Amino acid sequence: MTLVGWLQISLTLLAVLLAVKPLGLYMNRVFAGERTFLSPVFRPVEWAFYKAAGIDEKREQNWLGYTFGVLLFSVAGFVSLYAVLRFQAVLPLNPQGFPAVAPDLAFNTAVSFVTNTNWQSYGGETTMSHFSQMAGLTVHNFLSGATGIAIAVALSRAFVRSHMTTLGNFWVDMTRATLYVLLPLAVIVALVFVAMGMPQTLDASVTATTLEGVKQVISTGPVASQEAIKQLGTNGGGFFNVNAAHPFENPNAFSNYLGVFAMLVVSSAMVYTFGQMTGNRRQGWALLSAMGILLIIGIGAVYWAETSGNPILTHLGIDPIQGNMEGKEIRFGQSGSALYTAVTTGLSNGGVNTMHASLTPLGGLVPMFLIQLGEVLPGGVGSGLYGMVVFAILAVFVAGLMVGRTPELLGKKIESREMKYAMLAVLVLPLAILGFSALAAILPVGLAGLLNKGPHGLSEILYAYSSAAGNNGSAFAGLTANSPWYNTTLGIAMLLGRFAYIVPVLAIAGSLVAKQKVPASSGTFPTDTPLFVGLLVGIIIILGGLQYFPALALGPIVEHFLMLAGQTF
Amino acid sequence: MFAQIRPAIVLTLILTVVTGLLYPLAITGLGQTLFAAQANSSQVKRGDVVVGSSLIGQNFTKDIYFWPRPSATSPDAYNAGSSSGSNLGPTSQVLVDRVKASVDALKAGGAAGPVPADAVTTSASGLDPDISPDYAKLQIDRVAKARALPADAISALVTANTRHPVLGIFGEAGVNVLALNMALDDLKK
Repeated sequence: MTLVGWLQISLTLLAVLLAVKPLGLYMNRVFAGERTFLSPVFRPVEWAFYKAAGIDEKREQNWLGYTFGVLLFSVAGFVSLYAVLRFQAVLPLNPQGFPAVAPDLAFNTAVSFVTNTNWQSYGGETTMSHFSQMAGLTVHNFLSGATGIAIAVALSRAFVRSHMTTLGNFWVDMTRATLYVLLPLAVIVALVFVAMGMPQTLDASVTATTLEGVKQVISTGPVASQEAIKQLGTNGGGFFNVNAAHPFENPNAFSNYLGVFAMLVVSSAMVYTFGQMTGNRRQGWALLSAMGILLIIGIGAVYWAETSGNPILTHLGIDPIQGNMEGKEIRFGQSGSALYTAVTTGLSNGGVNTMHASLTPLGGLVPMFLIQLGEVLPGGVGSGLYGMVVFAILAVFVAGLMVGRTPELLGKKIESREMKYAMLAVLVLPLAILGFSALAAILPVGLAGLLNKGPHGLSEILYAYSSAAGNNGSAFAGLTANSPWYNTTLGIAMLLGRFAYIVPVLAIAGSLVAKQKVPASSGTFPTDTPLFVGLLVGIIIILGGLQYFPALALGPIVEHFLMLAGQTF
Repeated sequence: MFAQIRPAIVLTLILTVVTGLLYPLAITGLGQTLFAAQANSSQVKRGDVVVGSSLIGQNFTKDIYFWPRPSATSPDAYNAGSSSGSNLGPTSQVLVDRVKASVDALKAGGAAGPVPADAVTTSASGLDPDISPDYAKLQIDRVAKARALPADAISALVTANTRHPVLGIFGEAGVNVLALNMALDDLKK
């Protein structure tokens, strides 16, 4: 680790921090339906959309109506994306003449992009036409992100309103999230990305004759437009097989900073919006502090593990000064790689600029563990906020048990109904991750996909299901996941991780919105203090740690000690 | 619930047009107009011939050129049509054997002392355009001998082609292999 490395990390995070308030306030206005500086442009467009779709924007929905909206929209998105992929061969903008995507892969990919996971069982430049990349994948980078934002907004409203049943209108919230938040940001970021060197062309490739006289065919395409929304919508589904490690998806250190900034900015600002909406900005900062503390620890842990290097390779006569360079790019260095690796998994992004499979055991443990913690650091756009609110509900409940009072969060009493839903949501992840991992680790079809032997093989499986259920999308890519077994089971894990989480969250919102908001009294446990931040951090780590420690001990932890002992497989 | 089927279908279609066609095509138009070189993949030309992209590494095997990092793409190294890392874990015997072979080859070629890590490890993309300044220095004697030029001249060229962090903070030091090798070829003329 170097001072300059930490300076790069700190300045990137500082830039995010500075953007949190203005963007948070702007989003608050957007979702309150107030006028913003973009209204003259988008207001007529928005109105026309509602008219065409038969939506009455004044009519709000209760939690069931909102949930049905989310589910139906996801089904429609799944069907349209599946169709685009299956009909790829006959659709336009297919300069390479790629055939239709196979049914199991199309299922996996459609689920993956609709659930904001963006797990990729395929290599983009060798599978997807420009039409599929644009009208298929880019679209769902927007819409799955906007859906997450809408759900978080609905949950936030539940803390503001008393004795009501409605949470807002899903179609309006989702459309506004797309038009007013994601689209304008994507246009700016995409253009800056092009200026930094990302290609944006409808050509499929450039054919070069190298200095040694060999023909080199360089895949290219409309990369920047997809990359921008991939980061802003915390999707992570890249244009190329190696994602943001590809020089066209991440040309230099500055595109790397901007990529990390774009990943973090909307999720972090959402937390500020939550504070603003609920009338308690300190609460927003308290949640953001808990996220920030854990994220910085995560970045530091990867940075430390990777600069410590791999002693097995050092013994072969390698200079240890560069750290572990297998699966890393020169232009990002160790600090840029560690920053991206921790942020992409603390968020629900899942893009990579480093091959996670080639990280040192402890360096690889961190991203896996951050996913297993529930991706709340600060998590996916929207999904990070509602995930964190679920943890906050658990934290006030535990605090309530300790002092013997009815737990409250932002003036809403947390009772058995909310607790049941919160537990339901929290237990979905370990069930899907550990259940499927256990199956894959004993079935021949599961073991057939492994590249690495020994404990690293188990890590590949565990990472895959963590990533799918957590809707992250990054991978220990040694695993050959493009098989019917993995495409199907990972698809199911993604669906569980998304929808078996969303439904309880909206049920909590439906329950809270009906309750009276009670003013804080001397018996209220304050939830915007450092004490609560500490408690929240503790709950997140203990919950994650207890659930996954045994599995992690058999994978990355044992591999770390074997590496120190010089054991190979 | 049925009342919501229409918005689900209509909004999916409309937003597909907006975010999947209008948005990427608008960025393509703007990008091609404002930043044509970058938007067209940062092509590097010698005369009228495209020799590569300044962002994408290419394979060099001759002694007269600086070599890039090992690449894990298949079927050939630096296949820019199918990016790939090795995905080998830290305790993989395959990785250890591969690195050992690379280290031995460098030592046989006259490298003394510890080998820079990037010289024997594959990059994440398999297309890394850069090498570390240390790995470039390691190759100076070989290139100088193959070209029958003084090592000082080659060394000066490496220094001139080394990229340093902006303001000493932002980015990493590195050497773009294609740019360096083109400068080498120009030196000869």
